[in-house]
Amino acid sequence: MSVANRPVHRPLSPHLQVYRPQLTSVLSILHRATGIALSVGALYLATWVIYAAASPEAYSLFQSFNTSIVGRIVLGGWLFCAFYHLSNGIRHLFWDAGYGFELKDAYRSGWIVVAVSLIATAASWVVGLRLL
Amino acid sequence: MSDLRSPLARARGHGSARDGLHHWWAQRLTAIALIPLVVWFAISLVMLSGADYDIARAWIGSPLVMVLLILTICVGLHHGQLGLQVVIEDYIHGDGWKLALIVAMRFIAVIFGLAAIVAILRIGFGG
Ligand code: HEM
Ligand code: HEM
Repeated sequence: MSVANRPVHRPLSPHLQVYRPQLTSVLSILHRATGIALSVGALYLATWVIYAAASPEAYSLFQSFNTSIVGRIVLGGWLFCAFYHLSNGIRHLFWDAGYGFELKDAYRSGWIVVAVSLIATAASWVVGLRLL
Repeated sequence: MSDLRSPLARARGHGSARDGLHHWWAQRLTAIALIPLVVWFAISLVMLSGADYDIARAWIGSPLVMVLLILTICVGLHHGQLGLQVVIEDYIHGDGWKLALIVAMRFIAVIFGLAAIVAILRIGFGG
């Protein structure tokens, strides 16, 4: 068979409906979800400085959302997304460098990421709420 | 391990995103740069809880913060832009839609990035 006609063997995607969620797959999709959330967050951060440059009235309008219950949840949620994506991103960079591919290691680093992001989020919520 | 690319793709030498390897490196470099920046910004955000207009402006306008804030926003938007491109490529089918969405997403990133730079400089240099 000529090279051009050789069949291409591509991997099949897992069928999500019949897949039991596993730590590794949940963490993987969370990296994508938090990456998207952080991208919106980067736009929000830009909006913050734009309002701060505009006028005190504009800024207090922006702040009235931030200090509302919904705003607090959004900012607190941003912190979780940041800590999760940050620590799991470092996990990704280790993989890229060729470390931690054994299944056992992938689970161990996965649980470390879960613990670090939850602890960092909780700590920053406590400190943030005390400063209010 | 078998090569996952078709013979044509192999001959073209492109990655999955046509410009795969370059894109891959830019994503990693910006990720490494963001590690200290995101930690710094998250701590600052917590410390600024309850800050009013004057405190916020004084913080944004101090020289070191101006530099770090511009870096955080631009490198963050850039890394996000590279990442969202991959997300769009994965989920949107049809070349027209794919291209239109990626271009629109990039425009938004560039516009917000530039507007933020102007805003930060204005606060710092009092325009
Ligand atoms: C305000 C800041 C920046 C803006 C607006 C910006 C914008 C862009 C745009 C629109 C592209 C084309 C994307 C593509 O072809 O895939 C690009 C490519 C690239 N940028 Fe930036 N960039 C910025 C900062 C940076 C920084 C800080 C780095 C270094 C880490 C960097 C490294 C690269 C590389 C390596 C590419 C080629 C990627 C590729 O071809 O896929 N850029 N940039
Ligand atoms: C403003 C902050 C950030 C934003 C907006 C952001 C956004 C994103 C997005 C949208 C993706 C694509 C997700 C996907 O393809 O599934 C991504 C991937 C990635 N991010 Fe971030 N990110 C940020 C900070 C960081 C930090 C601090 C790290 C530090 C290590 C990091 C490491 C990575 C890595 C390694 C990937 C590639 C993952 C892969 O290959 O699937 N990111 N990011």
